Amino acid sequence: MIPAHIRIGAGAGFAGDRIEPALELVERGGLDYLVFECLAERTIAAAQLQRQRDPAAGFDPLLLERMRRVLPAARAHGVRIVTNAGAANPAGAAHAVAALARAMGMAGLRIAAITGDDVLGLLRQADYPLVDRAGTTADLSRIVSANAYLGAGPIAAALAQGAEVVITGRVGDPALFVGPMVHAFGWSLDDAPRIGRATVIGHLLECAGQLTGGYFADDDRKQVAGLARLGFPFADVAPDASAELGKVAGSGGALTIASCKEQLLYEILDPGAYPQADVVADFRSVRFTARGPDRIAVTGGDGRPRPDTLKVSIGYDDGFIGEGQISYAGPGAVGRARLAGTIVEQRLAIIGAPVTDVRSELIGVDSVDRRARAPAVEPAEVRLRVVGRSDSAEAAALIGREVEALYTNGPFGGGGAVAAVRPVLAVASTLIPAVQVRPAITLVEA
Amino acid sequence: MLLGECAHVRTGDKGDIAQISVIAFDPGEYPRLARRVTVARVLGHLAGVQVRSATRYELPGLGALNFVLEGALSGGVTRSLALDAHGKSLGAQLLDLSVDEDDQAGEA
Repeated sequence: MIPAHIRIGAGAGFAGDRIEPALELVERGGLDYLVFECLAERTIAAAQLQRQRDPAAGFDPLLLERMRRVLPAARAHGVRIVTNAGAANPAGAAHAVAALARAMGMAGLRIAAITGDDVLGLLRQADYPLVDRAGTTADLSRIVSANAYLGAGPIAAALAQGAEVVITGRVGDPALFVGPMVHAFGWSLDDAPRIGRATVIGHLLECAGQLTGGYFADDDRKQVAGLARLGFPFADVAPDASAELGKVAGSGGALTIASCKEQLLYEILDPGAYPQADVVADFRSVRFTARGPDRIAVTGGDGRPRPDTLKVSIGYDDGFIGEGQISYAGPGAVGRARLAGTIVEQRLAIIGAPVTDVRSELIGVDSVDRRARAPAVEPAEVRLRVVGRSDSAEAAALIGREVEALYTNGPFGGGGAVAAVRPVLAVASTLIPAVQVRPAITLVEA
Repeated sequence: MLLGECAHVRTGDKGDIAQISVIAFDPGEYPRLARRVTVARVLGHLAGVQVRSATRYELPGLGALNFVLEGALSGGVTRSLALDAHGKSLGAQLLDLSVDEDDQAGEA
């Protein structure tokens, strides 16, 4: 039987997101489905490296904590969970969740792992042009991961097979939400206008709290109450792929037409052509209507048939970034900090440090705001930041070491120096023929 | 009048692309935004931000403009040396752009 509507909640908008709002949704939100979106651009690359060290690892380290917190209430209320926290090892994640569920007395819990997004093997066999810069995949010498953005089909199929928890690796974020809709309503994935509208709803929800007042608050006209206990959103989706958005009564935040418009366009390039695995969605005709406090209706949106290629996110080892910081205060702080930066750059040249792209900037003056406007008032304190890159960790460390040497060799009054080196996992993108990618479902029972 | 008095903004990132939406508080102000918040004036206001190309998409039905600044993130979030590698603060830096009809500053 086709339901009159289904309610899908957004339980996480990034890997480190708060857990209580998801629990609130499961306990008091009347959900049918809960989605955890936990995979940033480079997360899979880092996870792939973890899996190389430990074959059982490579999924989101917070996944088990999230499951431990929400599974009892989810089972009690019949809420099914979809998450991309499988990262580089969805099958390993499914087995780990099954073990957790058994330990918690939930034997029989059915967990599905969706695989097939890992296309590293395909990439090693052929050369593909990069889409976000010049060059081809062959130019990326130290590739560690390549994952295609899968669509909603395998998620819907896993739900049809009875999975109560569906764990994926890389899928398009909206597909995490479209999958349950396709399953519940029996839609065809070839119905491009409807899948386009469903993609709008998924896109609105995928960043969780960013729809309900997170990443929104400002003085005066953009005040948001209760951000410390921000409520995450849900959508009541109808069979025609329209929806009403809401959040749990009494939770913090604010769901408004303004917050919806901001999230609709968030990370969208051409609003008339948002390419996903299942559809090219068109956001231009989307409209929002207030139905009550924290209750917004979404209508419109459209879609055209899916592209015959899938986007692939490639993680590669891009050397090391070295960084040092030190603070100055009082009259003349800006001048002393600038002098300190010049000294560090001269020192790196004198010792012949094999570092490139070195830049120095003053936090509080021109580090984030690069418009290079002189401050109207001399700041009471500034913090020098010197950063650069190198192929070796040892060379990258020289930047921070020269900043620390300012304590005794630089201008007067430098304090709080820190030095850091981090490996860089960079991401590039390409497109591969969709027919070459074969998603698969593995069911595991607790 | 400054942009922040009649519009709100949100900034996102995709690879080496920064994206900034500019949305009228009152949809009646959209024509002013469309006239005054041009690609040339945005790039002029964000001088210091290097871009390969910039595109403006118009959404009159939502009272919004969407700016796509390619190459604005110093190689992309994952390899950028910038403190704000996502460019999250870029949109906020637009809020003091003048949208007065007679202000010629930043005209290309």
